[in-house]
Amino acid sequence: MNFIALRMLMADKAKYFGLVFAFAFSTFLLQNQVSIFCGIMKRTGSQVRDVSDAEIWVMDPHTEYFEQTKALKDTDLFRVRGVEGVDYAVRLFKGNPTAKTTAGKFASTFTLGLDDATLVGAPRNMLLGSWESLREANSIVIDRAGYDLLYPGEPLELGRVLELNDHKARIVGISDAAAPFVSFPVIHARYSEAVLFQGRERKMLSYVLVRPRAGIDAVALARRIEKETGLKARTTAEFAWDCVVYYLKNTGIPVNFGITIAVALIVGLAVSGQTFYMFTVENLRQFGALKAIGVTNMRLVGMVLLQALVGGAIGYALGTSMAAVFFNATLNQLATRGIVLMWEAVVGVAVLMALVAAAVSLLSVRKVLVLEPASVFR
Amino acid sequence: MIMNSNESHAVTCRTVRKHFGEGENRTEVLRGVDFHARLGEMTFLVGPSGCGKTTLISVIAGLLEPSDGEVDVLGRAHGSLRGKDRVEFRRRELGFVFQQYNLLPSLTAAENAAVPLIADGVKRSDAVKRASALLDRLGIGGKASSYPRFLSGGQQQRVALARALVHEPRLVICDEPTAALDHETGESVMQLLSSAAVAPQRAVLVVTHDNRVFHHAHRIAHMNDGIITQITSPS
Repeated sequence: MNFIALRMLMADKAKYFGLVFAFAFSTFLLQNQVSIFCGIMKRTGSQVRDVSDAEIWVMDPHTEYFEQTKALKDTDLFRVRGVEGVDYAVRLFKGNPTAKTTAGKFASTFTLGLDDATLVGAPRNMLLGSWESLREANSIVIDRAGYDLLYPGEPLELGRVLELNDHKARIVGISDAAAPFVSFPVIHARYSEAVLFQGRERKMLSYVLVRPRAGIDAVALARRIEKETGLKARTTAEFAWDCVVYYLKNTGIPVNFGITIAVALIVGLAVSGQTFYMFTVENLRQFGALKAIGVTNMRLVGMVLLQALVGGAIGYALGTSMAAVFFNATLNQLATRGIVLMWEAVVGVAVLMALVAAAVSLLSVRKVLVLEPASVFR
Repeated sequence: MIMNSNESHAVTCRTVRKHFGEGENRTEVLRGVDFHARLGEMTFLVGPSGCGKTTLISVIAGLLEPSDGEVDVLGRAHGSLRGKDRVEFRRRELGFVFQQYNLLPSLTAAENAAVPLIADGVKRSDAVKRASALLDRLGIGGKASSYPRFLSGGQQQRVALARALVHEPRLVICDEPTAALDHETGESVMQLLSSAAVAPQRAVLVVTHDNRVFHHAHRIAHMNDGIITQITSPS
């Protein structure tokens, strides 16, 4: 009877396409909004995740997310180094000096000062130049998006000079640093120079980056550092998640995206539900004839469910394809880099659409079940 | 299994009553119907609109429960069949021809005719093959691949007839099979029905208003106001 159910579904082209497109647009909107939301939230911790040389971040106990820093004392670095299980601990500075080009274009930046000796904390993907060049005097590495912001339309080129708070710095490398939450250029420099770009204050140490000795659990070591130093210590994963949680709690972003996602779900449910219900009602006489001929209620329920699931599955596949095309088109745009169609959104929306299909078929199933087969004689 | 006392009867109704609604809204549609249709015969059920003909065939087909009385069909008491058993009995032993054909517009003529076989678990290709052969016998083999919207009323009714006969049921119930057809086409459909469906161990029960086709009946049961008033044979 499955082929009969499918033929019935596809015979009424208008309703069939209405059903498929309701599922498709609902799927597209849900996957699109969920992925963009998660991508944006992920950006809040992207500078944390970019650091691959260290597994633990040590900071002031009141720090809640990456951009909110209260400088530590220089001696805190040595206290952390003294904790059992620490392989190495290095300093990291984070500041926001304004960068100005010789042409007069300027922008606030995320400037990260890396340990002079080891350069621990640098993201490892370089598009041009090398990290080692940072050892030269007055040198910086800037990310691709930041370069394009300061030098729009110009080719990537090393040796250009930026002014950072009256200090001249030469670009010796262009990195592929992950996009930050706000579109500031991401600049890496040595610690001793980065603090000069910011302007000297009494305390400048933003974070201590720690790598545990081999075989030492990072979470356990972070707790030990907290206990022994009174500072806050988070693993990279914990700190990146702290950043996400901070933005979830303290901004309107989740509410805005939540509303769009809810509307997509409700509209998808309402339109597909109504279309499918009308489809079933208009085919009641056919269902009645099948019932009179001797098709059991179970088979009829199976037919209705199959129709809803196939309509939902085709719509879902179409919507997912649309989302894939959208993200493929935006993947290489600087503004939207790193925001991808998440497999979690693809799987989650699949489950959701299956539930929507089951829900929209419920009313229709009821209509078929209570249908009096004798009605075909009238 | 409760067996019918008379082996030659395809259908036996004993004081069958059926009402709809309760209290002030109660409507008595069947008021004690005593009736039988014999195997090997085509029995017509005739009467004015609203006299209860359609309700009676619905009760006989097991699509409606009688409020009172007994119905035996092909030796089985309806009361002894419940739920799935009743549906299965209907699927295997009964064939239906409806006034409005009720063909599925998305299926070809052969697929429509094959529906009872497919519903009974016969492989689709085998079912369609058998249905196509039957359509051939009914004179519309050339239309086996056509969709109902491309068929005339007479052709659609022949497809409906094939659907009613394809699984070789022992009782065929027809509701106004010629009502939507012109006289010539109606006559041809009735001839086909008579030749294809009437056999020694099979019976046909036809509800009709169309007195132009009465001559096809072996017996005619006249119904009025919810009861059988007279049984006649066309001379």
